[in-house]
Amino acid sequence: MASSADDVRKSIRSYLMVFGALGVLTIVTVAASWLKVSVALGIFIALVIASVKGSLVASVFMHLLHEKATLFWVLIISAFFFLLLILIPVMQSYETAHLIDQVTQ
Amino acid sequence: MSSDHHAHNPGFISKYVFSVDHKVIGVQYTITSLLFLFFGFTLMMIMRWQLAYPGESIPLVGGWLGQYLVDNNGVLLPEGYNALGAMHGTIMVFLGVVPLAVGGFGNYVMPLQIGAPDMAFPKLNMASYWVYFLGGVTMLSSFFVPGGAANSGWTAYPPLSDIANTVGTHPFWNGQTIWLLAMVLLITSSLLGSVNFIVTIVHLRVKGLTMFRLPFFVWAQFVTSFLLLLAFPPLEAAGVLQLMDRVFDTSFFIPSGLVVSGVVQDQYSGGGSPLLWQHLFWFLAHPEVYVLILPAIGIVGEIIANNTRRPLWGYKTLVYSVIFLGFMSFVVWAHHMFLTGMGTKMSTFFQTTTMIISIPSVVILTAMLLSLWQASIRFTVPMLFALSFLPMFAIGGLTGLPLGLSAADIQLHDTYYVIGHFHYVVAPGTIMALLGGIYFWFPKVTGRKMSTMLGHLHFWPSFIFMNTIFFPMFMVGLAGVSRRLWDQTEYVQGVDVQSWVRMSSWGAWGLGLAQLPFIINFFYSAFAGKKVGANPWNATTLEWAAPSPPPHGNFAEVPVAYRGPYEYSVPDAKEDFHPQHVPDSQVV
Amino acid sequence: MSSELLPHTLEPHPVTGMYNGKFGLWLFLASEVMLFGALFSAYILLRTHGDFPAHGEHSLSVPIGAINTFILITSSVTMVMAWASFKLNDPGKGKFYLMATVLLSCAFLFIKIKFEYLHKIHDGHTPDSHTFYAIYYCMTGLHGLHILGGVVVMLYFLLPGFGLWHKNPQQFTNRIECTGLYWHFVDLVWIFLFPVFYLL
Repeated sequence: MASSADDVRKSIRSYLMVFGALGVLTIVTVAASWLKVSVALGIFIALVIASVKGSLVASVFMHLLHEKATLFWVLIISAFFFLLLILIPVMQSYETAHLIDQVTQ
Repeated sequence: MSSDHHAHNPGFISKYVFSVDHKVIGVQYTITSLLFLFFGFTLMMIMRWQLAYPGESIPLVGGWLGQYLVDNNGVLLPEGYNALGAMHGTIMVFLGVVPLAVGGFGNYVMPLQIGAPDMAFPKLNMASYWVYFLGGVTMLSSFFVPGGAANSGWTAYPPLSDIANTVGTHPFWNGQTIWLLAMVLLITSSLLGSVNFIVTIVHLRVKGLTMFRLPFFVWAQFVTSFLLLLAFPPLEAAGVLQLMDRVFDTSFFIPSGLVVSGVVQDQYSGGGSPLLWQHLFWFLAHPEVYVLILPAIGIVGEIIANNTRRPLWGYKTLVYSVIFLGFMSFVVWAHHMFLTGMGTKMSTFFQTTTMIISIPSVVILTAMLLSLWQASIRFTVPMLFALSFLPMFAIGGLTGLPLGLSAADIQLHDTYYVIGHFHYVVAPGTIMALLGGIYFWFPKVTGRKMSTMLGHLHFWPSFIFMNTIFFPMFMVGLAGVSRRLWDQTEYVQGVDVQSWVRMSSWGAWGLGLAQLPFIINFFYSAFAGKKVGANPWNATTLEWAAPSPPPHGNFAEVPVAYRGPYEYSVPDAKEDFHPQHVPDSQVV
Repeated sequence: MSSELLPHTLEPHPVTGMYNGKFGLWLFLASEVMLFGALFSAYILLRTHGDFPAHGEHSLSVPIGAINTFILITSSVTMVMAWASFKLNDPGKGKFYLMATVLLSCAFLFIKIKFEYLHKIHDGHTPDSHTFYAIYYCMTGLHGLHILGGVVVMLYFLLPGFGLWHKNPQQFTNRIECTGLYWHFVDLVWIFLFPVFYLL
């Protein structure tokens, strides 16, 4: 945790650098969406850039880099359950495919 | 709570109504949720009349139930039956058991057991109670709007719930929409509570009270809070989506080309998925099952350790089991959905996880049973309730196994067998444990003990009637009677088991009567019960180090924990219990 | 507890490294992850379920979305600068940055409502017209409500809540830090909402 005044002054520099990086990445993500790539690759690129931006915000603005293990455990647990939630559509499309198979056979 | 000694004397309102003291909030939660439990149970007693004597007018109350529930002769309407069923489920789970187990017991006992002066966020705690109260009032208000209360089941499956209560009712103030609004309030209340619980348990433990010196009840509350924190938001999201469907005619859960009673529902764009609701709902509702059970298991652990006068058998095993149980409870939700046309591979996966989750439950039960082995048990009233919990919870758990197997579930799904199964877990299981908890901690809250005689008059009939209600349901369900029938005698399998159905009904009314000694005991003992000291049960955990009732700020001086929570019957010691806060020099 | 504070209201807990409020806020954010996670899950499900417009058929304005992204990112920076200023014992600057954050978020909401929602509704793209717009209004609307909530909290700290700075500057700074954590999370959600709705 940035506690002393010097630490805070130092981190202000990193805030501004992250600000610049986020701006550039926003431009990159818009530009990438104009590329003629397959839908899957397009989704992949956009999500990778968004994840990079998201981790910048979390690690620098939200000081996650300076936190201790307890918080990481909480976040790991919720990240795991988050992924589980995201699995629901995958399961659903599996179910749908399964039903369609049955009907067409 | 009359012995408050602090500088500025707050008025009645800020002391008892908008109080930030965790003990007052705990008592508020307890009383409110007990009232809701009784109300939800009354709804069921009315439904049981229709099931036992289909088409006959309801005695006593039939005349004034109103046009949305009964016809002119006082006979329960099918829609009224559905409304009572939906509201019974919702009220018992979200307004009764969870607020009692977490809001009531958790709020009152947990901070005392960790030696804290209060919860970490007292104002948030107050907000949590009042949001819950508002949610409860909102839920009850739906009985009085045109069309009556929500009648799509406590699970509110779409597309039925999307289109229910929409014809001839107010476009916004109708049963199902109010149900959703109330649910959003209740979920918000749980979220505020769970954040508060976790921070309190992690940050406000007294010196010496390491995580593995925590009483088992605190561990149960800790895991429960994580379940509430992470499982409830998906239901909140689902609730918002259903609200959009109902209010703005969106189609999140409406499939393309839906036809209702021969009418094409073209006000909807279609393209939605009814199964999305089921996934999001059960993503909450399965962990919710463990929210109902874990605090009860925690209470039973406390009572058993205290009344067997020996340490809880396998304390660490119990703790790890509870953590594993909490974690696994997120990975089994689709076993509620075996019959939705899910592929066999998915069914196999969720069937496997369901079998795995039964292991920690059995471990917990076994550890509790082993705690009894060769102990000189004190058969106090709380201990009777705790002891009755063990076999009845076991019946509930074991009857769940066939439901978790996707092949057996084809026969049993949506029958009374399911009702019997989960009620054995929640009613004879959890509610008996919670009642035991009331008898156990009543002296701490009021400084007076509850009457033992009335306690026996409460326990034995309750124990018998609980089984009278729910055991016949297994037979009825195995005979193939669906759980959602207004009149099961219209089907041949329903006629065959009608005597069992009547037995359940009489059991339910008997159970209602059996609560009278409890109600009398509760109020009588609060004002005229036998006065007791700070530690009437000779218990070891920190809540008994505080005066009874504890003053504002709880402890006269901040205690220090010198040992684990259940140091009973230590060999060669002066007394058979070593309280956590007494230094070694004074006990050996 | 009116006179003395509960343990760890101000000083961090030695094990978790956080004071009560900060830990509580992170737990709240964990639950928010699950809330938005469920909605993202719903979006993916509806989209892969079929009967959903292919890429480019729906027409959200990318420039407006990009401008709003910039606005939110900037507001995140002003927010963290506000906290840093209070931390450096410079309340004047802190108030300035906090005010800037409020103005930026109002600009975000103004653009969102005036140039996007009203425009789309005028074109007949109401929530009931298609599940894409349904989930779009739902998720961005919920995000907008989060922004609104943040604005209310910041205005509180600027006006009636500022008195705490004179009484207990450390507690006040902590509260600003918690507000900031919440605010960065809201920004983070938008960072994902933008590509998901505007670009894919």
